[in-house]
Amino acid sequence: MPPSVATSDLTKRFPGITAVNRLTFEVHAGEIFGLVGPDGAGKTTTLRMLAGVLSPDGGSATVAGADIAREPEAAKARLSYMPQRFGLYEDLTVAENIRFYADVFGVSREEREARARQLLDAAGMSPFTTRSAGKLSGGMKQKLGLVCALIHRPLVILLDEPTNGVDPVSRRDFWRILYSLLNEGIAILMSTSYLDEAERCHRVALLHQGRMLYCETPVELKRRLHGAVVSIVGHEARRIRAALGGAAGVLNALLVGDGVHLVVDDAGRRIPELQAALQTAGLVFDRLEEIEPTIEDLFVAATSKERKP
Amino acid sequence: MLRRLRGMLVKEFIQVFRDTRTRTLLFAPPIIQMLIFGYAATLEVRHIPVAALDYDNSQVSRELLSRFTASPYFDVRAYLNDRREIGDLIDRGEVTVALQINGGFAQDLRKGQPARLQVIVDSSNSNTALVAVGYINQIAARYAQEFQRTQLLRTSLFASSQIPSIVLERRPLFNINFDSQWFFVPGVIGNLILVMVVSLTAFAIVREREIGTLEQIMVTPIGRLEFILGKTLPFFLIGLFDTALVSLVGTFWFGVPFRGSIGVLAIGSILFILCMLGIGLFISTISRTQQQAMVSGFFFNMPAITFSGFGTPISSMPEWLQTLTYLNPLRYFLEILRGVYLKGVGLDVLWPQMVGMGLLGSIMLAISVARFQKSLD
Ligand SMILES: Nc1ncnc2c1ncn2[C@@H]1O[C@H](COP(=O)(O)OP(=O)(O)OP(=O)(O)O)[C@@H](O)[C@H]1O
Ligand SMILES: [Mg+2]
Repeated sequence: MPPSVATSDLTKRFPGITAVNRLTFEVHAGEIFGLVGPDGAGKTTTLRMLAGVLSPDGGSATVAGADIAREPEAAKARLSYMPQRFGLYEDLTVAENIRFYADVFGVSREEREARARQLLDAAGMSPFTTRSAGKLSGGMKQKLGLVCALIHRPLVILLDEPTNGVDPVSRRDFWRILYSLLNEGIAILMSTSYLDEAERCHRVALLHQGRMLYCETPVELKRRLHGAVVSIVGHEARRIRAALGGAAGVLNALLVGDGVHLVVDDAGRRIPELQAALQTAGLVFDRLEEIEPTIEDLFVAATSKERKP
Repeated sequence: MLRRLRGMLVKEFIQVFRDTRTRTLLFAPPIIQMLIFGYAATLEVRHIPVAALDYDNSQVSRELLSRFTASPYFDVRAYLNDRREIGDLIDRGEVTVALQINGGFAQDLRKGQPARLQVIVDSSNSNTALVAVGYINQIAARYAQEFQRTQLLRTSLFASSQIPSIVLERRPLFNINFDSQWFFVPGVIGNLILVMVVSLTAFAIVREREIGTLEQIMVTPIGRLEFILGKTLPFFLIGLFDTALVSLVGTFWFGVPFRGSIGVLAIGSILFILCMLGIGLFISTISRTQQQAMVSGFFFNMPAITFSGFGTPISSMPEWLQTLTYLNPLRYFLEILRGVYLKGVGLDVLWPQMVGMGLLGSIMLAISVARFQKSLD
């Protein structure tokens, strides 16, 4: 069976920047493929090209067997694109939004009703069909977007950071719906900046400045981070990093929003040592603990290893 | 294709009628404006400035003029000696009406022959002019009646069969079709359609851009032309509906004469609405937000109305400006509206206006559609 999505040297340039640089990958039916990378890595640009909103400057891509440059209309009919904010009509009700997207994809009435019932059930939204979309919570809106995006049974779904800012309950519904689709032979390509979301993918591509660094399973990706991550929350982040960056067992030190993340070889052994070192240096901090690694940590570990092999 | 278009239309109409503000905007302004202009046309006008020119200089003529001095409707501002002064006074706007009584007026009246009172009116405000003429008529008629009564008292010989009368000779100074008390009313229709179709179309498209549904729609199989059609067709229909609504209010509430054919009006309206859709679409391509669309709309609407002949007659504009008005679709539409309403003329007279609007509309739509396509990339 041919791949559901295949790109070959896909490239997009904007004035002064190559947003996507010779990207080559394949996504197969029944697979969830994650595009992972920090801000500006080129995730959105890649998805937009595959959706037919942007035209590539180089390379080629097929979606559900249709070349995005030569037969964009055929590609559009078989795919579904959910941007970071799905375009809902807030003054229309849930049912009217669904009807609109069903109509524009040429879905018949019976088909629409059956499919909508199934999807709304799975999303836990059946009681809200007559509520206007503008009055839904953020998570509900996102789920409604997904329902609209799936109403025409696409073969390929492109999702751009779909659960960004979504409450945990809606997030669970969201993933349940996505998994149920895999049985229908759908291919899912999504971008994410959450590691726990990346871990739910079958394979992930790590993007950096438009280039693909790795393309592998999440387990393999996580293995690139040798050791554990220790988070130190505090105001004097810069001085803490300067004090501990070269300490024994510290492989990497990264400034984050509320403090510093350190990658250490052995958390259990190093945490007391680090606490002691900070006390000696007279640096105050609010909290010091081991945490689940984030995409950023992974990313820094991966790129720093690349720089000094 | 039809299912997609139908989907667009259903959605569009739900949106238009659900939003209270849009709904009010659709139907309230046409009715309100129509009422304002309709009532203005029948409004009482007072203190109309008058100049008097009395060549007869008889007791009778002086008495007639004193009736004007006494009337609350008129202010006699000047007594003239020469008719050449009249034009100047009216030009400078110092008087609206001049009354000229020629020699022999008293004699005619006494003999029971029609006595002539010349009325020179500044018709650039045809509404005031017409009201003024009405009042003059009343005053003159009443005076003639009283004159007859006093004559009867004085001479029992007076034959009652010879009724003295004063005949008004109207001389409008500017050449406007003078019996159109309703001159402005058809114009209101043109203005309303212009403002509504342009802004609603622009808003509806820009809003989709703002809330991100435009990009969403572009990843569906909806073609760009289908989108444009789905977006403009509702406002086309609403525009036609409003034209009919305003026409009905005008005809049945105010009794504005409708002398021409509905078919001609319909053709003109359709062509005009197409022009306005083109403009609305164009504005949507140069506006990112509804705010910007509003400002751009204003910059189009204001000059379009000012230089259409709605208020200021085109013939009194400078030459170069007159030439420019040929690019203004409203100019043609107003000519059609007035022609159909007040003169009852048909396609044989109005075809150049139709062709003018057809050409302008096609060009505008073509440019806008091309621009719209590009603005999506
Ligand atoms: N329309 C555009 N014009 C110019 N530059 C653009 C445009 N769209 C994106 N870029 C640039 O291309 C690069 C990649 O952007 P992109 O939005 O694809 O990143 P991303 O991985 O989705 O990031 P984020 O996590 O912020 O969503 C960025 O540097 C961005 O500034
Ligand atoms: Mg993005």
